[in-house]
Amino acid sequence: MSARTSLLGIGDLSPDDIARILGTAERFGAVMERDIKKVPTLRGRTVVNLFLEPSTRTSTSFELAAKRLSADVVSIRGSGTSMEKGETLKDTILTLEAYGPDVFVIRHPQVGACALAGRYTDAAVINAGDGAGEHPTQALLDLYTVQHEVGSPDGLHIAIVGDVLHSRVARSGLRAFRMMGARVTVVAPPTLVPRHLGEAFGVEVSSDIRDIADADVVYVLRMQLERMGEGGFVPSLEEYARMYQVNHARLRPGQRVMHAGPVNRGVEISGAVVDGSDALIEAQAANGLVVRMAVLYDVLAGAASEPGTGDMALEAA
Amino acid sequence: MSIWPSNPRVRLPQRPGRGASVVIRGARILDPASGIDRTGDLVVRDGVIGGDPDGLDEFDGTGLTVIPGLVDVHVHLRTPGKEDAEDIASGTASAAAGGVVTVLAMPNTQPPTDNASILGSLLERAGREAVVPTGFIPAITVGQAGESLTEHGDLADAGAAALSDDGVPVGSALVMRRALQYQSATGLLFTLHEEDMALSGAGVMHEGVVSARLGLAGIPGVSEAVQVARDCALADYEGARIHICHVSARGTVDEIRRAKGRGIMVTAEVTPHHLLLTEDAVGADPDPARVKMNPPLRSEDDRQALIDGLLDGTIDCIATDHAPHLTDEKERPFAEAPFGVIGLETAFAACHTELVVGGRMSLDDLVLRMSTTPARIFGLPVPALADGATANLVVVDLAGVDRVGDRPYASKSGNAAFAGRHVTGRVMMTLAGGQDVFRRSA
Repeated sequence: MSARTSLLGIGDLSPDDIARILGTAERFGAVMERDIKKVPTLRGRTVVNLFLEPSTRTSTSFELAAKRLSADVVSIRGSGTSMEKGETLKDTILTLEAYGPDVFVIRHPQVGACALAGRYTDAAVINAGDGAGEHPTQALLDLYTVQHEVGSPDGLHIAIVGDVLHSRVARSGLRAFRMMGARVTVVAPPTLVPRHLGEAFGVEVSSDIRDIADADVVYVLRMQLERMGEGGFVPSLEEYARMYQVNHARLRPGQRVMHAGPVNRGVEISGAVVDGSDALIEAQAANGLVVRMAVLYDVLAGAASEPGTGDMALEAA
Repeated sequence: MSIWPSNPRVRLPQRPGRGASVVIRGARILDPASGIDRTGDLVVRDGVIGGDPDGLDEFDGTGLTVIPGLVDVHVHLRTPGKEDAEDIASGTASAAAGGVVTVLAMPNTQPPTDNASILGSLLERAGREAVVPTGFIPAITVGQAGESLTEHGDLADAGAAALSDDGVPVGSALVMRRALQYQSATGLLFTLHEEDMALSGAGVMHEGVVSARLGLAGIPGVSEAVQVARDCALADYEGARIHICHVSARGTVDEIRRAKGRGIMVTAEVTPHHLLLTEDAVGADPDPARVKMNPPLRSEDDRQALIDGLLDGTIDCIATDHAPHLTDEKERPFAEAPFGVIGLETAFAACHTELVVGGRMSLDDLVLRMSTTPARIFGLPVPALADGATANLVVVDLAGVDRVGDRPYASKSGNAAFAGRHVTGRVMMTLAGGQDVFRRSA
C-alpha cells in the first residue's frame, strides 16, 4: 500500500494536499482527546529521526507522533553519531538505509540536505528543517493553528516580523500562507530581508513596524543573538527591540500573535504578549503533534487511501 | 595586437612527440586573423602547415571546418596536490578533446604555485606529460594569502605566463598596488579573480530571486564590480595592465566598459557557463552542486549583459575556468560542496551553440575570441593556419550534435554544468604544438 512521497518543502504540496493533511490532523486531534491516545495505523513501519542540529519541539513531536501511530522509532542526534567522525550525510543515509526504514525525518544545518539524502534512500524523507531553507511541518502546523483559532487563511492578512533572511520558518510559512490565499507583509530591518524577497514570494516588504497594524495575525520570528555586533545585521538587540519588538503598544486587541519558538522575551516579542490571551504560541506547540502524525500518515499511506476510509484505523488500539 | 608587454621568457612545454603529417581533404579552412576562408586541402607535414601532400595520410574533411586551435587562459590542472581530481596529463587530454591547443594553469594548488622551484617542477613535468603546450600562472602573493609578493622577477625568468591569486582576490589595495608597480620590471600580466570577500561573506550562489527562495546565502554581483573598479583605478594610476577573470555580473561589464573608455589597459574573459546558464539552474537541478561555481551563475539580466559585453568587445575572450572536483566532494549539501565545474571539452560546442547557432555572433568572431585574442592578450603563440605555422588547429563538425556526458570525459572529473544538454559543434581532430593529440573515436 505504500505510496511514499517525500515532503522536502511546501512547494511539494498543492492546496488540496494541504487541505487533506490538515483534515487528517483534525481526525488525529479527535483521537488525542481520548483516554488511550495510541492508534495502530503505522504498526510495523519504521521511522528514523535524524536530527543533526539542536531541536526540542520538532524532534519531540515527531518522535511522539510516530509512537502514537504505533511505528517503530529510532531517534539519532548529532552528537554521538558517526558523522562526528567525519562520515558524510550520504554514507550515514546509506548505512541507516540498510535497516529498511520507511521514513527518514531529517533536520540538518544545510539547505538542501534533505533533498540530497533523498537521493540515497528509497524511504520517504520529511524535512524537519534544513538550514535557512524550509521547515514545512512548521508551516503546516501554523496553518492548522490559524484555521482553528482565527479562521480560513484565505483572505487573511498575515504580518511576518523579524529575521526572514535566516529563517526556514519564514520561508515555508510565506509559501504556505500565500498558497492558501493569505496576503502577507514582511516587516523587518532591511539587513535581515533577502534581496528580491518580494519578487520571490509575492509578498509586500516593509521596514516600518507600524505596518503590522492592519494584520489579522502577527507572526514573530526568533531573533538569533549572533546576528548583532561587529559586521552584524543589527547594531544591538536593544535597538532592535525598540524598533521591531512586537508588544502591546504596537498591537490592537484581537490581533493574534504567533511564534515558532523558542522565544527571546524582551527582544523580538514582549513577555506580556507571550503570556497574553491573543498569543497562539502554546496552541502551535500542541498542534505540532497531530499535524506531524498527519504528515507521517500522509507520506506513508498518502493519496492511496483517504482518512476514515480504507485501512486507516482511527480506533484506539 | 600585441600592444602591451608580456613575458618574453614564457615557457609552454609539451610532452615530446613526432610532428604530425596529414592532409585534410576537402574541408573549409577558416582563420579570420590570417584572412583565410577557403574550401580545399590543408597539408601538415612534420607538424608544420603547408608543403607537399604526397605520401601523407589523408583525413576526409568533407563537410568539416578547420579552425585555429583554441587557447584557454584559465584552467585548473590540480597539480600539485589534488592529482586524484586532475593532473597535467588528464587535464591537457581534456583540452585536446575540446580542441584546445594551449592552456594556462592557475596556481591554487596544494601547495600553491608561489615560487620558482614549484614552477620549475611543474614546467619540467609538463614537458613529460602535457598533451598540449601548457603554461603556468604562479601566485601574486605568497601562499595566495594576499600579504607579501611572490618573487615576480624570479617567476618571470623561470617562464611564468602571467600572475594570479585565482580562487581568491588580492584583498589589500596596497599589496595590489605594489604588484602593479612591479609589472614594469617583469612584464608579467596580472589576471585577477575579482571579489570583495567581505561582501561575498558566506555566500554560495548568486544573490537574487533564487537564493531568496532557497534560503542560500548570496554572493552579490556588486562584490565583483567594486573590486574591478578598485583594480581598474589602481591600474590607471600605475599605468599597469590587468586582465579580469571570469566576469559574471552586469555591473562588472559596465565598470570594464568605462575603464576601457578611459584608456585603462584592462582586458577581460567570460566563461561558457556564465554565457549559457543562470541562477535558475541552481533551483532546477536535482543535483545543484553540479552548477555551483565562483563566481556564481547569475541572473538572466547579467547573462545578457555578458553576451552584449562580449559582442561589443568590452569582454575580450572566452576562458573555461575548468575546475575539476571529485564526485565525492560534490555529493554534499550545496553550501558544503566545492565551487567549480569542468569545461574544456564542452567550451567550443557550448559557445558555438549559444552564440553562433543562436545567431548572436559569427563563427569568425567566435574563433577570434577563443583562440587569437586570448593568445595575443597573454603574449602566447597565436594559432594560425597560414603556411609555415606550427600546426595548432582543430577540425570541427559544425553540424554534429552531442548530449554532454554521453561520452566519457577525458578529464578525471565529471562535474560538468552542461551535462545532459544537447550542443552543436563536434571536435573531430586536434593538432597541438605540431603533434596529433586528439581524434574522435567513432
